[in-house]
Amino acid sequence: MQFDNVVCAFCGCDCDDISVTVENGRITQARNACVLGKTWFLSHSAPAHLPVARIEGKTASLEQGIEAAARYLAQSRYPLIYGLSSTSCEAQRKSVELAEVLGGCIDCCTSVCHGPSGMALQGVGEPTCTLGEVKNRADLVIYWGSNPAESHPRHMTRYAVTPKGMFVPEGRKGRTVVLVDVRRTPSARTADIFLQIRPGKDFEALWALQALANGRELDKAGAAEIGLTLEQLNDLADRMMHCKFGVLFVGQGLTQTRGKHFNTSAAFLLVRALNRHAKFALMPMRGHGNVAGVDNVLAWQTGYPFGVNFSMGYPRFNPGEYTVVDVLSRGEADAALIVASDPAASLPGKAARRLAEIPTITLDAHESETTKIAKVAFATATAGIHAEGTVYRMDNIPIRLRKVLPSNYPSDEEVLSLLLARVKELKAC
Amino acid sequence: MLKIINGEIYDPVNNINGEVREIYVDKGQITASVAGGRTIDAAGMVVMPGGVDMHCHIAGPKVNTARKMRPEDHRLDPAPRTPFTRSGVGKTVPTTFVTGYRYAAMGYTTAFDAAVPPMAARHAHEEFSDTPIIDKGFFVLMGNNEFIMRQIAAGEHEKLRHYVAWLLQASKGYGVKLVNPGGVEMWKSLGNARSIDDEVTGFGVTPRQIIESLAEVCMELRLPHCAHIHCNNLGVAGNWQTTMDTMKALDGRRGHLAHVQFHSYGGRPGKLFTSRVQELAEYVNTHPNLTVDIGQVLFGDTTSMTGDGPLAYMLHQISGRKWVNVDVENEEGCGIVPVEYKDKNYVHTTQWAIGLEWFLLIRDPWRIALSTDHPNGASFIAYPRIIRLLMDREYRREMLKHVNPKAIAKTTLPDQDREYSLYEIAIITRAAPARILGLKNKGHLGVGADADITIYDKNEDKEKMFSSPRYVIKEGEVLVEDGHIRQETYGRTLYVSPQYDPAVEKDIREYFDRYYTIQFENYPVQLENYLPRPEEVAID
Repeated sequence: MQFDNVVCAFCGCDCDDISVTVENGRITQARNACVLGKTWFLSHSAPAHLPVARIEGKTASLEQGIEAAARYLAQSRYPLIYGLSSTSCEAQRKSVELAEVLGGCIDCCTSVCHGPSGMALQGVGEPTCTLGEVKNRADLVIYWGSNPAESHPRHMTRYAVTPKGMFVPEGRKGRTVVLVDVRRTPSARTADIFLQIRPGKDFEALWALQALANGRELDKAGAAEIGLTLEQLNDLADRMMHCKFGVLFVGQGLTQTRGKHFNTSAAFLLVRALNRHAKFALMPMRGHGNVAGVDNVLAWQTGYPFGVNFSMGYPRFNPGEYTVVDVLSRGEADAALIVASDPAASLPGKAARRLAEIPTITLDAHESETTKIAKVAFATATAGIHAEGTVYRMDNIPIRLRKVLPSNYPSDEEVLSLLLARVKELKAC
Repeated sequence: MLKIINGEIYDPVNNINGEVREIYVDKGQITASVAGGRTIDAAGMVVMPGGVDMHCHIAGPKVNTARKMRPEDHRLDPAPRTPFTRSGVGKTVPTTFVTGYRYAAMGYTTAFDAAVPPMAARHAHEEFSDTPIIDKGFFVLMGNNEFIMRQIAAGEHEKLRHYVAWLLQASKGYGVKLVNPGGVEMWKSLGNARSIDDEVTGFGVTPRQIIESLAEVCMELRLPHCAHIHCNNLGVAGNWQTTMDTMKALDGRRGHLAHVQFHSYGGRPGKLFTSRVQELAEYVNTHPNLTVDIGQVLFGDTTSMTGDGPLAYMLHQISGRKWVNVDVENEEGCGIVPVEYKDKNYVHTTQWAIGLEWFLLIRDPWRIALSTDHPNGASFIAYPRIIRLLMDREYRREMLKHVNPKAIAKTTLPDQDREYSLYEIAIITRAAPARILGLKNKGHLGVGADADITIYDKNEDKEKMFSSPRYVIKEGEVLVEDGHIRQETYGRTLYVSPQYDPAVEKDIREYFDRYYTIQFENYPVQLENYLPRPEEVAID
């Protein structure tokens, strides 16, 4: 059986033109998908072997799992809900309510990827657009601290570089592609111009470009400090100011290196300044398939895009205080609910170790480092393969996920609904 | 079942002006009688239909980006969880839950978001699913839609009509919205439309043609609500001429002019502006095809959010405050900037006075709706204060002492003696907006109407009276008592489903393949997944 126009919910591109072939209950083909997407679709067609719930490693029923997990959460004084970037908005909405009922913290992968982009938006605003605007209009495409060839393999071919667009009818030939990074990555092959700056000099480079856009002059020594020549900087600034429609895609090379939200703020301010000369947009290269969705759900339910605390009965936001690494590594959280994420493998050691010390509950389709240390582990259906739901692309466009395989497992949304109902009973609210 | 006795009823649709009558409610509707059930004794109270806000910004990508942008705003107004309600934040861009509660607590039971790009319609519906109590719907942005402009340029009026119907169905929207027609498209290359006869770069059409064609299509499709127009040149000195040109271009066709306050400025671009309400209001008074909402400004800090990208950039350049711009492929754009209206400021005083002039100079209250263009002029929470400004001449005069005297001297406001009656307030806050929207079951208390009812304690201070109603009843359930939410329910989403010739889909699909980044099949909003309580409003 073939399903057309299926959404690949693996990365923030959320390409929705995948043709999935299902034979004998397995996905055997995912046409149009990139190498990451193919793996995502095909790896989910393996026959399920995990029990729906495990309590301290022992097989349990869904009901037993819910009871145990609900008790851990209801008894905790400062629970943390984390992950959420690879599940549906429907599950995310339930998670926020659960955090509110528990009076705990809720944080998502944004806090360890593009949180600094969210903070730049809070500080200075954000001139941006949808991906189709890039396809239809961009004649200058800049990737900064991002390696789309490996992280978002179809970003260039489907949206930003090769496609023919309304005002770029010649496609690739109509665009200049610039890559700025601290090392030569495979993405450099596609770029017309590759600028290798010195590590830790993103802020300086962006600030220098802003100065040029504002009509100031720079000296050679400053450029050398950045790792570029003055000619290179002037050339880039000149291209930026004289394009028809420019776009700056910013990656984690900016957000997760020294400077963090100062780097992103410098990038956002640069693009703002450029709009006096040329139409210019920027877009964070969001990683996971629905990390933009969880920012949106948190924003409409709490006002804040990540790192939200409900201890006072209403939402508060303070990155560094209510964010996952801090809440765990300071030993504050006394229970954790991890949804569709593997923080035990990805967070700094101290934070990861805390997860093993406290009752940790997981919802995941796969076995992971986190499910291994979980007191209660639920195996759930994957949104976009076994379950429907909504995801938001990196440009905040919402798309409906399809269900292409049947599943004996409940969705994240279903488990969270049961958990929420039981926690409400236990907390008598 | 519910019976309301001894209350003074203000139900202008049924010509009831303060008479004491009984109202009966059963199964969510007003009925002719009931046997049993709760009785509310409304002696000494005022009974009106639930309020209807026909132009606000409460859901979707623009509103949510504004939420993301303004943590400093949220901090000022936390809303804790209660046994009946979810938590959130309020102030100028409230969270979805708080939006629903605060409308309800103020006696408003229906609200329409004025600007949703169809590509993000699913987002608006998701937020509506988390917006409690009130009924809601949205207008679909079409005034800069490139497919639409191409059909107009090609003289393909039939195809245009089918496409508009298709787009309304695909987005599950309620009406057709034009925002700075043509100008937002031009902003995509840093331009803007400066008159309704400027040619839209690259498309060979003018704003005038877009206005005429879409107003015509709305009438041909017999949509319950006419074309809803945010004119070109919002906020620019001298824009009254553009507004007048737009009204004339409608040439007898039905049209609703949104937030006219922002479109009534004399003077020359770049200079201080003056009020030109008299000419515009007189034109509206003598042209029954036109309706308006005001977009009243009140002094204080708020958040400007608009589908009018170049306008937001202008505001950013004036204030230097943070600025969001989002251009949406093939469809629209938007801009967001925090703004503060200051009472001593010449321009802001003029804007404040212009809004009030509109209220006081329009003779037929059935063609005007109270709005602040929430949150652009002020939060919807300010409605009770506006009501007091309209009902209480002395209060208005007191306010005049605190605003910029030079600005106020150039308006007619100090000369206006008119005071609104409760009956007229009931018109501009419920009966008229419901009628303008074509909602037959809302805005009145006749048999068969939705049992959305607000009961106020009488009070000389009209701001207090309208801020916290004694009871708010939605679909026959008493949800608010003494200013507190007693029960959380979820209202309906109102949408229209006009018919179109499916043959048009072939062209739309081709267009999607070439210029969109989402597949044609994945574009339409699934009714069963995104509208938990759908209500299709019938087309006559």
